[in-house]
Amino acid sequence: MVLVYAESPNGQFKKTAFEAVTYGKKLAEISGDSCVAITLGTQAGNAGELGRYGASRVVNIPDEKLNQLDSQSAAAVLAAAAQQLAAKVIVLCHTSTGKSIAGRLAVRLQAGLVSGVNELPEINGTAFHVKKSVFSGKAYAEYAISSPVKVLSLVGNAVRAESGGTAVPVESLSLPVPAGRVRVKAVKTVEGRVPLPEADLVVSAGRGMKDPGNWGIVEELADALGASTACSRPVADSDWRPHHEHVGQTGIAIRPNLYIAIGISGAIQHLAGVNNSKVIVVINKDPEAPFFQAADYGVIGDLFEVLPRLTAAVRKFKSSN
Amino acid sequence: MKFLVCISQTPDTTAKISFNAAGTEFNSAGVQFIMNPYDEWYALVRACELRESLGGAVIVINVGPATNETTIRKALAIGADEAVRIDANPQSAAFVAKQIAEYARSEQFDLILTGKETIDYNGSEVGAMVAEHLDLPYVSYATKLDLSGDTASLERDIEGGTEQLEVDLPAVVSAAKGMAEQRIPNMRGIMMARSKPLKVVPPVDYMEPVTTVKFTMPAEKAGVKLVDPEQMDELVRLLHEEAKVL
Repeated sequence: MVLVYAESPNGQFKKTAFEAVTYGKKLAEISGDSCVAITLGTQAGNAGELGRYGASRVVNIPDEKLNQLDSQSAAAVLAAAAQQLAAKVIVLCHTSTGKSIAGRLAVRLQAGLVSGVNELPEINGTAFHVKKSVFSGKAYAEYAISSPVKVLSLVGNAVRAESGGTAVPVESLSLPVPAGRVRVKAVKTVEGRVPLPEADLVVSAGRGMKDPGNWGIVEELADALGASTACSRPVADSDWRPHHEHVGQTGIAIRPNLYIAIGISGAIQHLAGVNNSKVIVVINKDPEAPFFQAADYGVIGDLFEVLPRLTAAVRKFKSSN
Repeated sequence: MKFLVCISQTPDTTAKISFNAAGTEFNSAGVQFIMNPYDEWYALVRACELRESLGGAVIVINVGPATNETTIRKALAIGADEAVRIDANPQSAAFVAKQIAEYARSEQFDLILTGKETIDYNGSEVGAMVAEHLDLPYVSYATKLDLSGDTASLERDIEGGTEQLEVDLPAVVSAAKGMAEQRIPNMRGIMMARSKPLKVVPPVDYMEPVTTVKFTMPAEKAGVKLVDPEQMDELVRLLHEEAKVL
């Protein structure tokens, strides 16, 4: 059986949870198993909906101690559930929550862990091979997991969530939950756009913008597209844009369907955070900008002229589709 | 206050990544190796800052061969007091975590720090595994870390926001950008590093459940398709019809 931990921060399932359940269902099809989704805490939203993404059962552990993340309690209870339900593979999201738990769970279950997988495993008899991106997107590694129980964490936007199934009733599972030793004092969320790790479309700008006051044209393009906004490191370091928008090696790594880079030269540290994007568009007035070598589409021109034109073209496209 | 900082050695950010013909081994010829930036800039520097204000000792630990000692000496030059090298090839995150945990088990560290991930295998696994081996609380992706008595106050990045939390020591924390600023070792630090203790410890046995089958390179990009800056309707058409992302 494939057990998928569907995270529900603030009582809401995010796209990454639906992707993980879809992945778990497809994995179960390959291995001839069923896919069971598990949710933690008393605010696990509309968990029955996970059935629509392929879970044949949805199990909830309704304990208030699990409403906020403590990796120790979460790993203990997920390990106990995995054992009780006889899970062979446990799938987590490769998110701030999943990354805190995956290693613990692997140690507890004496399971092999591959974190950040981006496609389904190949299963041949007892051989279980799975791939992930390594060297900050510059290569892939294929790993063989030989332990009877396996833990995988799935990166966001690698698998498309597919909702062809039907909702199922939520079963309650009562397990002892150890008290956590981490106390969450406050959670600050940024209002507005989709968080970058989950965004399908990202509009990102760099020093070529010349001044933080010029960001209006970037916002307008993002609004027209329904995209999230990002920036390069120098821009975040100069406080032109908030820190959470910084993509790249020291910022966050993203893999949207479309990444539009505006006035960003494309240093290797920046590429490390975005080179898993499906399609990259680079807009830069310097034809020698290294980013063009990593791009699918390029526009060599003055961004202050190109951006309003692109925004107008997007609006025209949206209104006729 | 006794700090343990786990440091990895990784290829330099700008290194060209290649493998042997069978794709089974990383080709290290001509590659410059560095201390994993998150371990160095954030975990190590913050531990040194806290030691400077609160007293105590910063011990760095690395799992790796003797050739890693250049990197370990750099950590001592930046400000660590002592170093430990577990004499083994770091074959996987699980192996490294087991070695670190077994060393730390008898040493009574107040705080164990790692970087948020390494820039080579990008696993984000070691911190959580060490914490589980030692039955300690774990906070990942911390961008701020302060200590008051036996309590650590932290801020961490979550998707679309930040979380503020507290944890009682001992604990394991993984460090991200914001926790400290990079320090360049000065000449005095480099001189002092030469005489600081560097202990070599044999590894403990570990059965490896995950092995590398092979490495592959991503498919080459077809090359950039240039679009006239006057023709943004054409770019939108390509993104819709050809790339199918709109």
